[in-house]
Amino acid sequence: MESEGGQAARILSEIDTLKGKRSDIDNRISALEAQLGDLNIEKNNGSCPSISTGGFGHGLSPDMIYRYSRHLLLPTFGVEGQSNLLKSSILVVGAGGLGSPALLYLAACGVGKLGIVDHDVVELNNMHRQVIHTEAYIGQPKAKSAAGTCRSINSTIQIVEHQEALRTSNALDILSQIAVSITANFVRYDIIVDATDNAPSRYMISDCCVVLGKPLVSGAALGLEGQLTVYNHNGAPCYRCLFPTPPPTTACQRCADSGVLGVVPGIIGCLQALEAIKIATAVGEPLSGRMLLFDAFSARIRIVQSILHIFKSFFKVKIRGRSLQCEVCGEHSAFTQQQFKDFDYEKFTQSPLLVAPVKLNLLIEDYRIHSRELKEKIVKGEAHVLVDVRPAHHFKIVSLPNALNIPLSSLEFRLAEISSALKEEEKRKGIGFDSSASLYVICRRGNDSQRAVQLLHKVGFTSARDIIGGLEAWAVDVDPNIPTY
Amino acid sequence: MQLTLEFGGGLELLCDSVKIHNVNVSLKNEVDKLTMKDLLVWVRTNLIKERPEMFMKGDNVRPGVLVLVNDCDWELSGQLDTTLEDKDVVVFISTLHGG
Ligand SMILES: [Zn+2]
Repeated sequence: MESEGGQAARILSEIDTLKGKRSDIDNRISALEAQLGDLNIEKNNGSCPSISTGGFGHGLSPDMIYRYSRHLLLPTFGVEGQSNLLKSSILVVGAGGLGSPALLYLAACGVGKLGIVDHDVVELNNMHRQVIHTEAYIGQPKAKSAAGTCRSINSTIQIVEHQEALRTSNALDILSQIAVSITANFVRYDIIVDATDNAPSRYMISDCCVVLGKPLVSGAALGLEGQLTVYNHNGAPCYRCLFPTPPPTTACQRCADSGVLGVVPGIIGCLQALEAIKIATAVGEPLSGRMLLFDAFSARIRIVQSILHIFKSFFKVKIRGRSLQCEVCGEHSAFTQQQFKDFDYEKFTQSPLLVAPVKLNLLIEDYRIHSRELKEKIVKGEAHVLVDVRPAHHFKIVSLPNALNIPLSSLEFRLAEISSALKEEEKRKGIGFDSSASLYVICRRGNDSQRAVQLLHKVGFTSARDIIGGLEAWAVDVDPNIPTY
Repeated sequence: MQLTLEFGGGLELLCDSVKIHNVNVSLKNEVDKLTMKDLLVWVRTNLIKERPEMFMKGDNVRPGVLVLVNDCDWELSGQLDTTLEDKDVVVFISTLHGG
């Protein structure tokens, strides 16, 4: 009889085989659907009009009339709005927390060509907000997963996947120039939706939109707050008009560090879809020259009435004959496509385009210890104190036994607690005056622990060492039962 | 002078995680008007509890902070020279980049 372990291994292997087959089938379906989409578009654009295409004087087929009937029934939207939407092409950069809902609505509402740019893969710890992806796609490219969902919602529109990160080297091509989709269709995007998650991307996308003269629907969310505006449209400012100087990197918090309530980017992403639809159809007043600030915690939405640096500057130009100040969209600015290609956005903002956890290296080797080495010392019974410098709410998620939680922000005011913990440990272990207990510092990934050790050395705790790679490394190298987050 | 000061986009973390502060800012003398420049100094001294460099750079707010006076971009009212009046609402908000 087969052992339980053997049975589990057999089941796991069969699951793997089936997942592989499913992936192949998914790929084939995607390719066929894209092919079919192209055929439909060619048919609709064909020179021989039939009753089903354009037979009613507005270009909407009976199927389209049925599918989009609730739009057509809206007096302010109607046939004209829907026709414009079907003719429009929208590129969503980022298929994450903002891009997910934006793409769902843009696909459903009948945008003619919908492009998706994302280089990343679907991860379980993002699924609370990246609602376009399903568990079956974990580990697969987000662009592919999002495109699959969009096609399953609306098989009649053209969906283009760009499985790559947007960079200065490919942005101009992807946004408009000579983009060739996987099915060899030429794609030009009319409207760009910025659903990215980092400062350099935001500057890059805005500059690219200025260079190409495209409206940009920009959204951002973090924690319980969201922000939304439309740049470079109807005389509205560009991102650089508002923020000519990048913020310090310490001010650029990431969802992976600071957390985000899933529904908050969901709301902002829906609003981005709405603004893109309004621009595509010329229905309503777009949020250009204004900014929407959403505070989910206190249920408040504030719309800043006029972010009008550029209008003011125009005014100044006429009165005082001064040049516009914006380096990119200003009247006398000559920011060319070539300058865009050569611009180093990572250097400009001091942060990476592809958001990856930062790995600092602030300490000399003597002040650092590998988690495995520490584990051995602990097993041998070495006298030590382990200080965990993560914020208290992180500590509540998971912590190592006997760790003393003193968040980095309050470390300098709580040094006495460390001194007394060390003394207590020395007493407990019966250590004399000639030696002392070691002091180790841990955090989530091994950055704050280095900052803490720097501080501790400065104030005289010269035995302080940081645990390289933090709890994440501990989980990998010492104890796989420690959950990561 | 009664003012309502609001902090958002993470700036509230610099003032004990309190977003809305109803404050009374006294003028140096009767003739002086309170400008945004004065208010920034007052905020840094009285409300900012940690990392003041995350709020200010020089005598201005740091890059990436939007300032609204009565829901209007302060660039329109004169930036640092904006004169404040009783019951004004001043909002400091850090731009977000996440998604
Ligand atoms: Zn500009």
